[in-house]
Parts: sequence; structure tokens; C-alpha cells
Amino acid sequence: MQAVANEIPVPKKNPLIKPLLIEGEQTYATLTEQISTVVEGKTPRNWYIAFGLSFCITAMLGSMLAYLVLTGVGVWGNNQPVGWAWDITNFVFWIGIGHAGTLISAILFLFRQKWRTSINRAAEAMTLFAVACAAIYPGFHVGRIWFAYWLFPLPYNQGMWPNFRSPLEWDVFAVSTYGTVSLLFWYVGLIPDLATLRDRATTRLRQVIYGVFSLGWRGSNRHWQHYEVAYMILAGISTPLVLSVHTIVSFDFAVSKIPGWHTTIFPPYFVAGAVFSGFAMVMTLMLVARWALNLQHLITMYHLEVMNKIMLVTGSIVGYAYTMEFFMAWYSGNMYEKFTFFNRAFGPYAWAYWTMFTCNVVSPQCFWSKKLRTSIPFMFFISIVINIGMWFERFVIIGTSLHRDFLPSSWGYFRPTFVDILTFAGTFGLFMTLFLLFIRFIPVIALAEVKGVLAGQLHKAQGHSKH
Amino acid sequence: MAQNKIYGAIAAFKTDTEILEAARKVRLAGYSKFDCHTPFPVHHLDQAMGLKRSKLPFFILACGAIGLLSGFLLQWWTGAVDYKLVIGGKPFFAPEFATPIMFEATILLSAFGAVFGMLGLFNGLPTLYHPIFNVEVSKRITNDRFLVSIEAKDPQFNAEKTLQFLRDLGGEEVQLVDA
Repeated sequence: MQAVANEIPVPKKNPLIKPLLIEGEQTYATLTEQISTVVEGKTPRNWYIAFGLSFCITAMLGSMLAYLVLTGVGVWGNNQPVGWAWDITNFVFWIGIGHAGTLISAILFLFRQKWRTSINRAAEAMTLFAVACAAIYPGFHVGRIWFAYWLFPLPYNQGMWPNFRSPLEWDVFAVSTYGTVSLLFWYVGLIPDLATLRDRATTRLRQVIYGVFSLGWRGSNRHWQHYEVAYMILAGISTPLVLSVHTIVSFDFAVSKIPGWHTTIFPPYFVAGAVFSGFAMVMTLMLVARWALNLQHLITMYHLEVMNKIMLVTGSIVGYAYTMEFFMAWYSGNMYEKFTFFNRAFGPYAWAYWTMFTCNVVSPQCFWSKKLRTSIPFMFFISIVINIGMWFERFVIIGTSLHRDFLPSSWGYFRPTFVDILTFAGTFGLFMTLFLLFIRFIPVIALAEVKGVLAGQLHKAQGHSKH
Repeated sequence: MAQNKIYGAIAAFKTDTEILEAARKVRLAGYSKFDCHTPFPVHHLDQAMGLKRSKLPFFILACGAIGLLSGFLLQWWTGAVDYKLVIGGKPFFAPEFATPIMFEATILLSAFGAVFGMLGLFNGLPTLYHPIFNVEVSKRITNDRFLVSIEAKDPQFNAEKTLQFLRDLGGEEVQLVDA
């Protein structure tokens, strides 16, 4: 029987054999070297240029917010009836971006998708920075930012408590929990890698800083044992958490009775959209980081291709949701619902609707083609197109549902002011500033995890050579 | 240090396969106060060392339960006891609207339990000092070396015999570690 089995010709390119996740001749030491030198080496000139630019844009964000605080929320284009406009659009946009990070770090971990190890660190960092950008908007939208602490159930002198019957209050809890848990999850993953940097430190300053943050980690297996359990459980609880966060964000709309918002499809539709936009953002960032930091052998074409496939899937889910909303508007027989959706596609904001539709539904379909989903310039282009499309999705949902109120005398139209535009641009500056600091001072690749993958790969290679 | 107290003995290995074998042999030789130090969590090393399953999940479960309960108490006490306020004709308390925040509080407290419980309670971190850092090769634990350490506190520990035992395992840099 053995002989017969050996005679079966093995096809040269077996589609069932996955490509290697780490390319080239690697050892544990070479991995340490490559990933640590990104942080330890001399700061490249381009980093200073990029950092300076992003910092200026962040400063612009600061001045726009200061202007808003000194003047009032009227500096934004929000009006009656469009009381929620770019602020909430941008809030949902940024929160959504963050979701891919948690998906990669938690859900793919539970599914034992080893390819996540090359990108999870950066994706989780992206989550944190995106949540930071998102939190700005509802905070300042309350108008009197110095009362923002009223959002939390604190025993202040009025004796009143927040209204827990409102989905907006649920959102406060969801987003703050999400930010906190993402930070903890990210930090737990970082501890062993910070210890690596501590052990390699050549200056006293580095030794102290990385020493403090690595908490005296000594790679003890008695520690790894609890560490792995904690990591697994964090992944396990982050999974329902990330789904709950965008579900609750969608409740901000779905629990209201505005036609166009009051739909049960919102939670899954928002979650799929969040993952979709988040992967697009991960793609944009990773393509740049991979090229700038020479990480092609760790973030391989295989990684990029599977991410494109996820975008294809989630883009199609989003497309289904857009279509189903229209069907339900017609099928429900509700005239307000019907009007809202007809108006969405053919009314004053039709340009925004069709931009969204083209970017989100049509463009990812290109990824059915293997040639296109393995072309780096093309996927870079599409990832940006998707980001634009997903921003428009939130704008379309918010803007078009509000600008036609029940009474035609209350109809309006929203136009952003320069403060709206510069604030939004400014959050990109903040995001990039934080990301640049991250790639400069923290290992961008989860070193300990990649070593685990390498160990598996080495065992396999040994196993094959024995036969 | 005036008195050179001994923490234990160590040996370094180059691969995860070697450390698995070494850990198994150390355990079978009857040592109980020993540890392995690895750059990444090595599969099956827990079994090789004879470690019992972590009790951390029970702690996290307890934290989660406290979270759930506090999420409930917070909304019920503030809305239905401390300051009743009619808003939109809705009840002062109902499980329907309380669910999201109870859920989030459960997750938050479980995460705190997982991270701070794992670090502080179960692993004794952060720690300012550990004797293993006295040996030069410990700097490579986080890079590419797999260390076995046997503590002097182990009843079976005997400086000479243990060092010889570690050498026989095929370990490199076999040496005593100052406490």
C-alpha cells in the first residue's frame, strides 16, 4: 500500500499547500535583527519629513477645535434639519476603520489564521489611533466640551445621571470599552517584544524606557502559560465586543424613528461596512509600511491577497445591504421610507449616493481577478477608493435621511464649512502622527508571534526533508 | 554582594525541540522548582514541564460576573431608585435597554481581569529584579535562546550534580546563577 501511495504523482503547484508566511532563509535571530533595527536604527530623513507634515496637519486640527470651542458649534455647517452631519459621519468613519484591527487580532486569532501575525500589531495600532480620532467628534459635538464628563455616570452636583435609555449613552460605554480593551490587548501582545528591545538596548535611556514597559518580562514558560490563556480569552471577548461596538453605533440611528435610519438591517450592515473600510485602511498603510521599511518577506503577496479577498467579501455584503434596503423600502409599503430611498438615489444627494455605490460595490468586484488582486498599484488604488466610498456611505446615511424632514417647509441641505473640511483633514494628520510615532518606537511586527510561525515552518521543512 | 548566594543553574538551547526534550528530562529527573525561558510560547512545553492548567479563566469569569452585576446595578439604581426621571414615557428600568451597557461592563471587567490578573496575580509582574538577568545569555531569551533554569531551592538541587546533569542534556553555557 505504501508503494502505491508513493507512486501518485504530486502536482508541482498544489493549490492546497499554502505559501510560506515568512519568505527567505530565516532564523529567530535574523527576525529579531530585522524587526528591531527598524526601531533602533538612525531615523530616516523621510520619517522627519512625513512627521513634520503630519504634525502641522495635527496642529491645524488643534486650531480648528480651539476655534470651535471659542466660537460655538455653529462654525460647522450643521443646520436644521441636518443636525448630525460631518461630525457624526467622521465619527462612524473612524470607528469603522478601527474594526479591522480587532478583526485581525481577535477573530483571525480564534480561527488560527497564522497569516495575521505579520499585520496584527500595525492593525491594532491603527485601531487605537482611529478610536482616538473618532472620539474627538462626539466630544466636540456636544458643544460645551468642558461638560463632556456628563456623558459618564459620575456623582456630580446636579444629582442627575446619564439617560441609559438612549442609544447615545450605550455608545459612550461601547466606544470607551472598545478603546480600553483594544489598548490592553495591544499592550499584552507588545510585552515580549518590548523585552526584546530592552535586552538589545545600547543606551541607558532605551534600557529604562523599554525596561519599564516590558514589566520585567523574562520569557518564563510559567508566565507564557497564563499569558497565552489571557491572550486567548482577550481574543474571545474582543470578538463579541467589536461586533457590539458597531452594532451599538448603528443603534444610534436604528433606534430612532427617522425614515432611512429605522431599519433592522443596520447592525450587520454596519459591522460588515466597518470591516470593509478597516481592511482598506490596513491595506493602504501596510503597502506603504512594507515598502518603506523593507518588510516584503514578512508581509508577502499572500497576505495582501487574502486581505483583498476579505474586501471582496465584505464589499459584496455591503452591496447586498444597499440593495436590500431599497427592496424593504418598497416592500414595506411605507411612503416615508419609499420617499427617503428614492430621494437618496435620485434627490439632491444623488451624486454622493452614486459615488458611494461605485466605490464600495463596483470597485471591489475587480478582486475576482487574480491578476488584479495581486497587483500592488491596483490594490493601493482600490483601497483608497474604498476608503472614500465608505466615508460617503456614512455621509449618505446621515445626510440624506435628515435633509428631507417630514414637512417640506423644514427641508434643507447641508454644505460643509471650511472648519468642517479642515477638521476632518486634521484628524488624518493626528492619525498619521500617531502612526509614525508607532513605527519609529515600537516593533511593527509581532516578533514573538512571528517566531512561533517560523518554528512551525522550520518543523515542516525538517519533516519534508526526512522523507 | 558580600555573600554569593546561588539562585540556581541554567543551560541554554538553540531550538524549541531541544527545550521540549530538556524540560521533559528535567521533570523526569525529579526536579520541581525549575522553569524554561523561551522567546515565544513553545507548543506542548506546558505538558513537558508538567504544568497544571491555568486557573486564570475562573478569575476572569468572576471579574466578568462582577462587571455584569455592576452594569445592572448602575442602571437600575441610578434610573429607578436614586433619581427617577420620565423620559419619553419609557420605564425607569427595563432589561431591554440595560442590555448593551451590561454587556459592555462585562467585557470591560473581564478584560481587566485577564490582563491585570495574568500580569499581577498569576505572573507576579511587574518585577524590578530577577536573578536570571544576572547571566549574560539571558539577554538572548527574547531573541533566539531557550533556557532551562533549576532553582537552588529545589530539594534535589546540588550545584555540581545539577550542572553535570544540565551538561548531559546537551545544554550550552551551563552555569550557576547568583541570587
